Amino acid sequence: MATFLLKRLGLMVLTLWILSMIVFLAGQILPGDPGRAILGNLASENAVRALDHQLGVDRPLITQYLGWVGGLLHGNLGESYTYQAAVEPFVRAALINSLKLAALAFVIVVPLGIIGGVIAALYNGRTVDRIISVTGLSLSTVPEFVSGIVLIVVFGVTLKVLPVTAAAGADASAGSQFKHLILPAIPLVFILFGYIARMARAGTIESLNSDYTRTAVLKGLPAATVIRRHVLRNSLLPTITVIATQTGYLIGGLVVVETLFNYQGIGNLIFKAAQAKDFPMLEAGILVIGVVYVVATLIADLLLIWLNPRLRTEVGHD
Amino acid sequence: MTDIAADPLEPSATTLGPASAAALAVAARSTPAPWRLLLRKPTFLIGAAILLFWIVCAVFGHAIAPYNPLAQELLGTNAAPSGAHWFGTDPLGRDVLSRVIVGARSILIIVPLATILGTVLGTALGLAMGYFGGTFDLISSRFVEAVLALPIVIIAFLFLVAVGPSTINLIVIIGFVFTPLIARTVRAAVLAERHMDYVPASRLLGERSSRVMFGEILPNVMPAILVEFTVRLGYAVFTVATLSFLGFGVQPPTPDWGADIAANYGNLTAGYWWQVLFPALAIASLVIGVILVTDSIEQVLAS
Repeated sequence: MATFLLKRLGLMVLTLWILSMIVFLAGQILPGDPGRAILGNLASENAVRALDHQLGVDRPLITQYLGWVGGLLHGNLGESYTYQAAVEPFVRAALINSLKLAALAFVIVVPLGIIGGVIAALYNGRTVDRIISVTGLSLSTVPEFVSGIVLIVVFGVTLKVLPVTAAAGADASAGSQFKHLILPAIPLVFILFGYIARMARAGTIESLNSDYTRTAVLKGLPAATVIRRHVLRNSLLPTITVIATQTGYLIGGLVVVETLFNYQGIGNLIFKAAQAKDFPMLEAGILVIGVVYVVATLIADLLLIWLNPRLRTEVGHD
Repeated sequence: MTDIAADPLEPSATTLGPASAAALAVAARSTPAPWRLLLRKPTFLIGAAILLFWIVCAVFGHAIAPYNPLAQELLGTNAAPSGAHWFGTDPLGRDVLSRVIVGARSILIIVPLATILGTVLGTALGLAMGYFGGTFDLISSRFVEAVLALPIVIIAFLFLVAVGPSTINLIVIIGFVFTPLIARTVRAAVLAERHMDYVPASRLLGERSSRVMFGEILPNVMPAILVEFTVRLGYAVFTVATLSFLGFGVQPPTPDWGADIAANYGNLTAGYWWQVLFPALAIASLVIGVILVTDSIEQVLAS
C-alpha cells in the first residue's frame, strides 16, 4: 500500500511539473512584452524596458522558470500585473466561489446520473435506454452557454422566476446566494449527466451479466435485493472515477458559465486575466485547476481501493 | 507501467472516457458492418438531415438568406420577430435569420478540419506509443496525462491568447489539443493488436517499423479510429462554439453563432431574447445532428 501511494504521489508530482512547464511556455509565446502590455502604446521604450526589468521578464527563460517554480513551492503564486498585488488572495476567493457552484452542480447531478444510468442498464437496448443514452450524450455536448441562454430566456426573461446573474452580492443571505446559483448550475448538470449516466450504465450492465448476479438470482433473492446488494455495489465503482475526473472540468470548464452569468469564480478570473495579458494571474489560475484535478483523481483512486477489496490485495502485492 | 490498459490502478486506464471505451469495443470487431444498416436507422436519417441542412446553409448561405447578413438597418434595430424579419433584428438592425444561415459557414469549415488534423496527428502518435512502448511511451504518456489534466477549452484558450484569434489558429490549436485524446484511444487499440501473431510475424519477415505500424496495424485499428473521429466531431462543435463565444473565433462583423451570442447576450435582460436564442438553437441542433449520426454509426459498427 505504501509503495502504491508513493508511486501515485510521484506520478502526481511529475504530471504537475510537466503542466507547470506547458503553462509557463504558453505564457512565453505571447506576442509583445508584458511591460508594453501594461504601459500601453504611448509609453517610451525606456519606461517599458525599466518595467520589464522590474517584473523580471528580461531575464533568461530558465531563470524566470526556476524563479516562478521556486516561488510556487514556497506558496508564492506571483504578483498580478493588473492589480500590482499578490495573486494569491484573488485566486483563493475565486476558487471558493467556483467550489460553491461546483458543489451545487454535483449534489444535483450525481444522484440523477446514477439513477439514469442504472435505469438505462435495466432496460438495456430498449427504447427507454436509447432515450436516456442519446439525451445524455446530446446534453453533454451542447455547450454550456447554449443551454445557459435557453435557461435564461425561459426562467429569467419569460417566467421571471430566477435571477439571471449569479452574483448575489457579498452580504447576501445563504438562501439568496443559493437562488442565484441555481441557473448557472443547471448547464453544468447537463454536461455531467451524460458522462455519469453512461459510466453507471456500463458498470451496471457488466455487473448484471456477472456470475455473482446469476448466483444471487438463482438462489431466489428478490430482484430488488439483487440489484441493491449485488449489482449496484459493483457497478458504481467505475462511476466514482468518472465523477472525480470531471472535477477538473467542473472547476476549470466554468469559464463559460461564469462569464455568461457574471460570477466571480476561477474561470472568470482566468478569462479576465487572459484578456488583460496578466500572466502571473493566468498561470496561477490554470495551475490551481491542474492541482484540483490531480488531487481529485488521487482521492478517487484511494476511494476505489477502499471500496473494492479485490484491488486492495492487488495493491498489497504490487 | 508499459501496459497501462492492463493495470486497473493506472489513471490512464481509469480515465479513459466512455467514448474511447466504445471505440475500443468496436476495435475488437474484425469486419465493419454494412453501411446499408445505417440507412434503416431513423436516428441516423434525422441526424443526417440536420447536418445536410446546415451544410447547404454553409455553402449557399448568401443565396438562401433573405437579407445581406451585414446590412445594417438603423431605423429597425432590436426589432422583435415579425413577417419581415422572422428571427427579428440585432442592435445594428441586421437580420438575425440571415446571420444564422450564413453563420453556419465558419463553424462547418473549422470543425471538420480541426478534427481531421487531430485524428491524423493523434493516430500517428498513438501508433508510435503503442508500437514502440518503453521509454518513448512512458514519456509521451506523462505528457498526454499532463495535458489532459486541464479541460480542453482551457488549454486551447491558453494557446489562443498567445497566438491571437484567427480561423487558421483555431483549426491548428483545436487539432493539437485533440491529439493527446485521440492518441490515448489509438494507443490502447494498438496495445490490443500488438500481441496478435501477425505483428511479430511481419517483423520477423524483416518489415520496417513504419511498414508494420501503418501497413499492418493501422488497418486493424481503423474502426476504432473512425468511431473516435465521429465522437470528436461532436466535441469539436462544442469546443469551436465555446471558443467563438469567448472571442477567439471568427471576428465581427462576419456572422458566427458563438460570436453573435457573445455580442448580444447582454441584451437578454432588456428582453431581446431572439438575438441570442436563435443562434443558440442553431448550435444545439448542429450538436444533436452530429450526435445522432455518431451514435448510429457506433451502434452499427458494434452490432
